[in-house]
Formats: sequence, C-alpha cells, structure tokens
Amino acid sequence: MSRQLPIVAVTPFPRAAAGALRDAQLRANLGRATRTIRDKRAAVVAEVPDWDRLRDRAARVKDDVIDRLPELVAQFARAATAAGATVHHAVDAAAANTVVTELVRAQGVDRVVKVKSMATQEIGLNEALAAAGVTAVETDLAELIVQLADDTPSHILVPAIHYNRGQIRELFARRMPGFHADSDDPAVLAGAAREYLRRTFLAARVAICGANFAVAETGSLVVVESEGNGRMCLTLPDTLIAVVGVEKLLPRFADLGDFLRLLPRSSTGERMNPYTSIFTGVTPGDGPRRLHVVLLDNGRRRMAADPVGRAALRCIRCSACLNVCPVYERVGGHAYGSVYPGPIGAILSPQLTGQDAGHNATLPYASTLCGACYDVCPVKIDIPAILVHLRQTGPKPAAERAAMAWLAWTMRDRRRWRAALRTARAGGRPLRVLTRRHGGRLRRAPWPLSAWTAHRDAPLPAAESFRDWWHRTHDS
Amino acid sequence: MTPELSALFAARAGDYRAGVHPCTPAELPDLLATLLAGASGVVLPAGTPPEWTARLGRPTLSGDTLTAAQLDAPGLAVLTGCALAVAETGTLVLDGGVAQGRRLLTLVPDHHVCVVRAAQIVADVPDLVIALPDPTRPLTMISGPSATSDIELNRVEGVHGPRRLDIVCLPPHR
Amino acid sequence: MRIALFVTCLNDAFFPRVGIATVTVLERLGHTVTFPAGQSCCGQLHANTGYPDPARVLERSTEAAFAGHDVVVSPSGSCVAHLRAHTRLPVHELSELLVDVLAVTDVGARFPHRVTYHPTCHGLRMLRLGDRPRRLLGAVRDLELLDLPEPEQCCGFGGTFALKNAAVSGAMLDDKCAHAVATGADYLAAADSSCLAHIGGGLARRPGAPRPVHYAEILAATGPGTGP
Repeated sequence: MSRQLPIVAVTPFPRAAAGALRDAQLRANLGRATRTIRDKRAAVVAEVPDWDRLRDRAARVKDDVIDRLPELVAQFARAATAAGATVHHAVDAAAANTVVTELVRAQGVDRVVKVKSMATQEIGLNEALAAAGVTAVETDLAELIVQLADDTPSHILVPAIHYNRGQIRELFARRMPGFHADSDDPAVLAGAAREYLRRTFLAARVAICGANFAVAETGSLVVVESEGNGRMCLTLPDTLIAVVGVEKLLPRFADLGDFLRLLPRSSTGERMNPYTSIFTGVTPGDGPRRLHVVLLDNGRRRMAADPVGRAALRCIRCSACLNVCPVYERVGGHAYGSVYPGPIGAILSPQLTGQDAGHNATLPYASTLCGACYDVCPVKIDIPAILVHLRQTGPKPAAERAAMAWLAWTMRDRRRWRAALRTARAGGRPLRVLTRRHGGRLRRAPWPLSAWTAHRDAPLPAAESFRDWWHRTHDS
Repeated sequence: MTPELSALFAARAGDYRAGVHPCTPAELPDLLATLLAGASGVVLPAGTPPEWTARLGRPTLSGDTLTAAQLDAPGLAVLTGCALAVAETGTLVLDGGVAQGRRLLTLVPDHHVCVVRAAQIVADVPDLVIALPDPTRPLTMISGPSATSDIELNRVEGVHGPRRLDIVCLPPHR
Repeated sequence: MRIALFVTCLNDAFFPRVGIATVTVLERLGHTVTFPAGQSCCGQLHANTGYPDPARVLERSTEAAFAGHDVVVSPSGSCVAHLRAHTRLPVHELSELLVDVLAVTDVGARFPHRVTYHPTCHGLRMLRLGDRPRRLLGAVRDLELLDLPEPEQCCGFGGTFALKNAAVSGAMLDDKCAHAVATGADYLAAADSSCLAHIGGGLARRPGAPRPVHYAEILAATGPGTGP
C-alpha cells in the first residue's frame, strides 16, 4: 500500500501550526473546550486521595506489559480463542487492513458500523475499506461530525473539538438527511444523531471496534464509551471485528480496577463514563456470533526496544495531555499531521513511523517542555523527557549542529568563554547606544534571530558581564 | 453493604442524572408501577421476581425472544436487576444473570428501571473487579443515562442508549 | 554559610544584575558567596535542543567547577532542574536555599511597587518550588503582590522553541502579556531570566505593561523608591 499513513505529518509542524494560528474561531473553540475539560478533570482527580499511587501502580503494570509483550499477546490469544474468538496478528497497517477487509467481504456486506477507535484511525482502515467498496459508518457523535464534514479528527477523545455547537448545527442541516432543527442546543443535536443512526444500527450486520483494554488472563476486551453507540455496535451485529494495538494488554483482570478509575477521570473528567462493556469471546444468545480480534503491532515492538521511548506505550489514550498543553490549545490537532495529536502524539507518531517519515521529525520540537502533560498523565509518561530523547536521536540541520558544537567548545573553557563574553559586550556596545530609546532592547534583528524579534524585543549583552563585576568587586 | 455505601451510591448515581429512588421491599411494587406507568410495555428478562411486576398494570414482554427491532418499539421500558453496583461512581453492573437478560434489553428501549439491593453495592471499582462472580460473562457497567461530551465538551444526556435511567435502591436488610 | 553561586551563562552575559542581586541578598544575610570561575553553561540548552554530547561536556565541566562545594545556589529554576537531573551537585534554586536551607522568608527587602509573579514551568513542575518565591515576595516591605491570571500557563519560551516555533511561541507570549497587563502591576517577577527575556521582550512592546524583573532583584532592593 503506497498511501501515506494518517500518522505521518505531510507538513512541518511549525508551518502547519502557524496556519492554524490564523484561525481565530478555532482558537476560541479550543480554548473554551480545553478549559472546560481541564477544570472537570481537576475536580474529579482531587477526589481521589491516592491518585499518585494509582498512577505509579498503573505505570508499573504497563511497563510489565511492555516487557512481556510477546508472552502476553500469546496468552491473550489462547484465552480469547478458547472463549470462541478468532485472533489475528497484524504486523503493520497494511496487514491489518487486509485482514479486516477480507473479514468484511466474507460477510457479503458493503456497509459496516464503527465504534470510535484510535487503532483503526492509525491504520487508515476507513480509507482501505472504501477502496474495497465498503462504507464504514462512524457512530460516535464526534466522529460522525468529522465524517459528515469530510474532515479529519483533531483530538483523541473529542475528534470534533474544533467545532462549536453553531457550526455543528449548520453541518447537520447541510449533510444529515432528515435534520431540520433550528436549535443548536447540544441535547437537540445529540438527539438528531440518535434518530439518524438508529436505523443504521438495527440494519448493521458487521461492526468494527477497538478496545481500551485487552486482558491477557481472560481474553476479555474492554470498550469504554458514553453514548451507547459502542454498545449498539458490540451487541447488535452478527459479526464483530476488534482492532487492538498490542500495548492495550493488561496482564490480569484485576488490573482493570485501577485503570477504570484512572481513565474516565483523566479523559472526560467523570468519575465513570456512562457505559463500559467487557466481553470475552462470544456468548451464545447474547451479542455477535462471530468475534475477530486483530492484534496490531505497527511499530510497537520496535518502540518497546527503545529504553526511553518505550514508556509512550503505556498510553491509554485519555487525552488529558492534549487538554493541558499550551501548544495544542492554540493550534489544535490538525497541525500535528497525525491522528495522534498533542504531546502524546508528538512522541507517539515519530516513534511508530520512525523519524524519517514525512515531517514527523518536527513533532518532538512542538513543545516548550513545560511539563503540564507529565503532571496529568495517568500512567506517568515523562513526555518532556521522551521529547528530548527524540530530539537527541533525530535528524538535525547542519548549521545548527555546527553552531551548537562551537557554543559548547567556547563555553567549556573558562578563557574562551570570558573572551566570548567580552566580544559580545563589545559588539553590543553600538547597539546599546542605538536602542537606548527602547530601553536597550533590540526591536529588529537579522536572520535567524529575526524569528525572535518578530514577536518580542531581544536583550543585548550587558555593558559588564557578571564575572567582570565579580572580578572588580570581589577578587581584589 | 453499609448504609453509608448505599447513601454514597444513591448520591453518585444521582450526580449523573439517574433517577434514584430508595424504597422498602413493601413499597417496591407500587414504586415500580409508578415509575413505569407511562410505558407502552415493560420488557422483563428471565428471572424477574414476581413481586416486581405485581402492581405493574402494563403489558409485559418476555425479554428472551425479542429482536432489536421489536425492542425499538416506541414507549417500551425495561425492568432489570443487576449483578453488582459501585458506590464511588454510582455505577450499575449487569452480567446477563438472573433478572438482567441479554445486553440489548437494557440498550434499545428508551427507559431502563434497575433494582439494586444494598448487599450488591461495593465501595469502588477495584472491589468490583474482584467481586464479580465470573468476569468472562458479558459485562455492562452503566453510570447514568446515555450521554455525550462531544459538543464543546459539555455533558448532555441522551444519545443512543436509554435516555431515562431510574434506579430503585432496596435497604441493607431484608 | 559558604555558598557557591552558579550564575548561569545567560545571566553572566545578559543579566548580570540578577547575579549581583543574588550575591547582595546572601551577603546581607551574613553568608559568604563564592564564584567558581570555571563555570559557564549547565548544558540545558544543548540537551533540550537535541545535542547530548556537548550537553554532557558542559554538565561535566560545571560539575568540575563546583567540585568540593557543599552548597550551590542558582537564580534559575530551569538550570537547577537540569543540573539536578544530570549532575550530583548539591544545587538549590535561590528560593529553596532561602526558605528550606536558611529558613528565612523576610530577607530585609523593601520594594514599594505592585508586583505580579509568574511561576515558570521548571520551577513550578520540575522543582516544585510551590509558594516559596511568593512567600519571599510577600515578606518584602511595601510590596503589593497581585495575582496573575492563569499563572501556571507556560509563557511560550521553551528555549529554541521560541525560534523553531516562533508563531506558537508568540501566541503564547501574547496571552501571558495580556494577563500581566490585566493585573495592573508595575513589575512582573519570575525565577528564570530566560523566560523573563522572552516575556520582557513582549511586554516592552506594550505601552503601560509591567516591567520584567527577576525576583532576586526585588529581594535585593532596600532603600526608599528603589527599583531594579
């Protein structure tokens, strides 16, 4: 398959971000939404006295999973198979898409219903199905909005976070058959989606889902959702196909106790999401008669081999890091060029694809390293540390490399550093005179410092360095 | 188990706009009749205790054989019990056991009434995953009515699952 | 107490007044400050921009410069965070030294101005400075401390982020400056000269905006009508 995966940035992040910044409506929508969710999360997290210990435990469980991936994959496959599921292993996106497409074809349908799933987004499943003549109907409200708008998701939890209610009403009026409400009340809009999809659910014969967790011990899959579209897809059609990244595994069923406390509080800011479905294989008389589980690697085992970067595999896709990220809040998800946006996307996309894919090497720089993401991560992924690690192991411009080497060479020797300070001071002298009316600050500088002065004045080297002051006042 | 757990469960379930109705065993038949008075019919899973339906006065349908399309009939309600409930989160847990039935019974009708005995309430989710009699049964955890936060991250109730959820809580001792 | 000062390369070259203020405060409290001349940069810039080898060279040379010193202080949250993560130096951010080690909050300063405080990210989330700088500022005579809206939001500096993602950095800076202006303060104080250079460069373009100041400069101020 030659199609670019939807986790490869086709535009360098700085350029995409600068474009997004020009959309004032987008910034307003994102600002309002992320502020709402940040406050809700903070309130429900504050209710849990042992939150930090919970995060530590969850991190340890996930690290154990990453250590034992092949073993747990095999254990899950055995248990799920014993419970009546058919387990498939997909090494990459192309393999997963082929398996799913063939399974859908085997049922003779040209239409499937889908539960929101990051794994299927990651592999571009909908596009692959479309190429095979199969329409995939997204049933999550936000995914439906994005699909009706021919848009791409911009948030892990709320793919349509970049739309406000007025824009959604307009979109429904234009693209949703039978919609004729004047109100942009979210309850009315949600009600419209209910009417629109009900017939689709009742007629569906094949559903495709992901999983939030997969329990190796029992072969169970866990789907966490709010609307009930997930339950519709998991119980009404005859055939259910689950595409599950291997990092979703948990060793024991009892591990769910911690993770089901962490996930809803971190993602929607609720103590518990409205619906969680846990199912193991097939149950005669209840739900689908055929369950296929496609276990997806797509770069995960390679990630697991990186001693620093592997912690990104702990991610449970809660999106708390997006909601607190000052960069994400201002530019939105599309700028990251991947279905995984925000801080987690900046460490996940380049690792899944390798940094040579598209412009994914620009993503680790899409952060000030402010650390807000690490603070809220329910599995304690040190995202800033991984960003730095990816910068250190990724490609770099030759001029920057030379400048950095020269700077370090100068700084590591006391005499060279002192000489450099004096040179800078001397060079700054005429500028200090010229810029006196700006308080000794530079308003316009030549490239590359023009990137600085485009937004702010630049300071000039002081008339006397600290060490010269010290020498003058303390060394005599 | 304790009265405190029951109270916490009731408060937390109420936080997510489930109707919460504490009652004694003696009051139960009348309360259920009141809650279901507007239903065109009441779907009953296998094993529903007869006292739940004693005063119903509405047509009842056996949940065993209904198709999804039949369950989609206007005005249907479903009356179930549950396997366990979680106080901290106000969550009902159904496992397809007695008086619970298939998963679609509590999904397609627009009104779900669930009877919870105090003895079924555990403190928090970790207690739940240990207390489940058989974790490999099809499990559904329900916390309030169907909802979405997809529009401006504001939670609104009522999407694909039941838009109305009533929880009837029976006291600790029987 | 003998305290070795790690002034940081940025303060050394551009903001010597921050180092001077640090020395002034500590000497006023009766301590002896030393300045190991072998110091330059902690390596943070190189490490965070993606150059681990030069970063390691600078971390080691900083470690060597401070070998044998029991207490090291620096008026820079981000440099302290870097040294703490990459060296074994007993290094304290200035407010940590004052509040935790020296157990003082009133350093005898007077600063008759309205001040708002921006907690920089490294101080806030890596060092967990908490309210230490605010407690120190709160004990300064005649200083009126004003709350900054959304204080924990990053200012958008981020080292080379300010150059590589100039547009986003500028947008974050705009919001930080707007919040600072909204306080009506005379000064915006912070614990990192790097963030202050960025915020101050933005504030300089807004008439009537607060002026940037390192909180060490406030702690060093005494006389009537003093300003840094």
